[in-house]
Amino acid sequence: MERRDFLKAALGGSAAAVCSVGMAQARPNLEPAEEAVGMLFDSTLCVGCKACVAKCKEVNSRVPAHSDPDNPWDSARDLSADTFNVIKVYRSGKAVNKDRIKDGFCFEKRSCMHCVDPGCVSACPTTSMRRDPKTGIVTHHPDSCIGCRNCMVACPYNVPQFDYNKVFGSIHKCQMCNQSGVERINNGQMTGCAEVCPTGATLFGSRKALLAEAKRRMTLKSGEVYTYPRGDVSKPDSMHEKTVPNYQKHIWGEKEAGGTNVMHISAIPFDQLGMPPLEERSAASVSETVQHTLYSYLALPAIALAGLTYVVKRNTDHDDDEGGMS
Amino acid sequence: MSAHKVLRQRLITFPFMLLLAIFLVSLYFMYQRFVVGGMGAVSNLNGGFAWGIWVVYDVVIGTALACGGYALAITVYVMNRGQYHPLMRPAILTSLLGYALGGFGAFFDMGKFWQFYEIFLPWNWNFNSVMLEVGLCVATYILILTIEFAPAFLERIGSKKLLRSLNKVLFLFIALGILLPTMHQSSLGSLLISMGHKVDPLWQTWHFQPLLAILSALIMGFSIVVFEASLTTAGLHQDDENTLLVGLGRIIKWLLVAFVVIRIGVLAGQGKLGLIFAGGSSSLFFIVEMALFILPIFLLMVPGANRNASQLLVAAVCMLFAGAAYRFDAFLITFNPGPGYTYFPSAPEIMITLGIISLEIMLYLFFVKKLPVLHGAKHA
Repeated sequence: MERRDFLKAALGGSAAAVCSVGMAQARPNLEPAEEAVGMLFDSTLCVGCKACVAKCKEVNSRVPAHSDPDNPWDSARDLSADTFNVIKVYRSGKAVNKDRIKDGFCFEKRSCMHCVDPGCVSACPTTSMRRDPKTGIVTHHPDSCIGCRNCMVACPYNVPQFDYNKVFGSIHKCQMCNQSGVERINNGQMTGCAEVCPTGATLFGSRKALLAEAKRRMTLKSGEVYTYPRGDVSKPDSMHEKTVPNYQKHIWGEKEAGGTNVMHISAIPFDQLGMPPLEERSAASVSETVQHTLYSYLALPAIALAGLTYVVKRNTDHDDDEGGMS
Repeated sequence: MSAHKVLRQRLITFPFMLLLAIFLVSLYFMYQRFVVGGMGAVSNLNGGFAWGIWVVYDVVIGTALACGGYALAITVYVMNRGQYHPLMRPAILTSLLGYALGGFGAFFDMGKFWQFYEIFLPWNWNFNSVMLEVGLCVATYILILTIEFAPAFLERIGSKKLLRSLNKVLFLFIALGILLPTMHQSSLGSLLISMGHKVDPLWQTWHFQPLLAILSALIMGFSIVVFEASLTTAGLHQDDENTLLVGLGRIIKWLLVAFVVIRIGVLAGQGKLGLIFAGGSSSLFFIVEMALFILPIFLLMVPGANRNASQLLVAAVCMLFAGAAYRFDAFLITFNPGPGYTYFPSAPEIMITLGIISLEIMLYLFFVKKLPVLHGAKHA
């Protein structure tokens, strides 16, 4: 075969292989773990007391952020290596009406969303981010981590955080209070933040039960009275009655980028609460489709290498006196 | 012996001392980073911008600038244009230095640098990870480049026997040296896919990321060959290599056309053409970037341009900026992690990158003046 023909054939063959394999093996979004646990954050119930922030620091042995001897309290502004859970404020205009867009305010929680199809898990080269097959909890394993911080850039919510101010730093994130040494979920407890939440704004439970509860709240009429549970949605510590706010008909985390195990509902649209503009398809599923199309069993690279070796050998043989690369 | 010669010139010159001074300043900041206060002490990296210029310039752009050896190997060994052979060895040297220092940049940026080896342990590998492909492939390519450059050492120490054995199997390493950059340079583009919405829609082309990345790497690779050969000719008073470079201009022209057509075609297919003229900073950066890609096409289309040394150099510089802009824009400038996060590199951060570049140039000067790298006689 002429070299040119060979090249054409090789290129054409590879292109055809890429296309056909790509069509056949597109990796869909991952499905929720069968017994996935999660949380439901109802922004309309949150009063901004930050008990959850304090409890989170206690469970995870974190120090207060942005505090000094004159201001000894924790005033974390955002997630960091010392803050895995933070309450942020939404303000508009005079900020006097709770859960209203105009001149309104409300509180919004930021913590790991425990994605159903987590970008951090897909991106991590050393399998240091893992999704627990049973609970769906996304955990971090520092022993194999090299600190490339791809998990940070691949997280739609900027959740994993690195200790930039330490020479020997590490990645930190919420592990739903189930990391070794804590294991609250495995021991039948709930997450620290849900346990201390006085209004049930942060509710713990299975993803299924929480999603059902969220959907129920979507059907409530503004102004009627509803009995809200506190703690664990399936076995509440206590209940309280409250007037139903004007919910946005949107459960954040039901579908976004494959869904999340920590879901949010609110009376304020989520884009105004700083949630990212996500499609239903996860970036991880696109990335893995491309990667597995090109590198499945290293078949394409192997074909390419065989072709290249053949061509290079041919083209270096005739000028042996010059000796290849010399 | 080969047709390559040692450049018999003084190593310690004023420019060399200047580079050394920059490197010494950067050493101080490296000490700060590794011993005193960690990355936070010298950089503006934060929770939203986890990757700054150390990743985006030193690795993502730096290795593309080091694609000269790759681009030329395709020309010489795949397209069988033996006349470009004299440019091969200096191109391999710059590729080796560029990749090695890109690797150093990656180590520098590595949060847990003391356990960098974890990525080489097979039981840790996550085959879904683009970063795994990049990490392993770049590391292997640095080894391959070292082997490809080894003949220069072997000639210098006069080890003819080893040289002969190496030359017998070199074709294998040359083939790998073409395959590996194809893999990791396209993967550098794939890294953008997992960043999803954080990448500006004008740069988030999803499945087309690897294709655009490899094309931009080839453009930058060929440009750097033209650029370096022109500079070497002028600065080190070497024989004019322009007659060699003119043909490269033709290859580059078609790569540029392909890149621009695919880039615009993909945006059209994804219904994003309107964003180009939507105003705002993303539109501006996109237009500047595309202008840098399109201008050299015209420069190279002017009849006789291929023979005009200065025009060729201008085109090459344009394309280097174009490729760098494409990667900078996508990874950093228009990158938007969400409200509350901004990033501009700190002075120490920039100094460290400048220090790495200075070291690279110093090593290049050292090697061409101590080893047979540059082609001696008028080309065959």
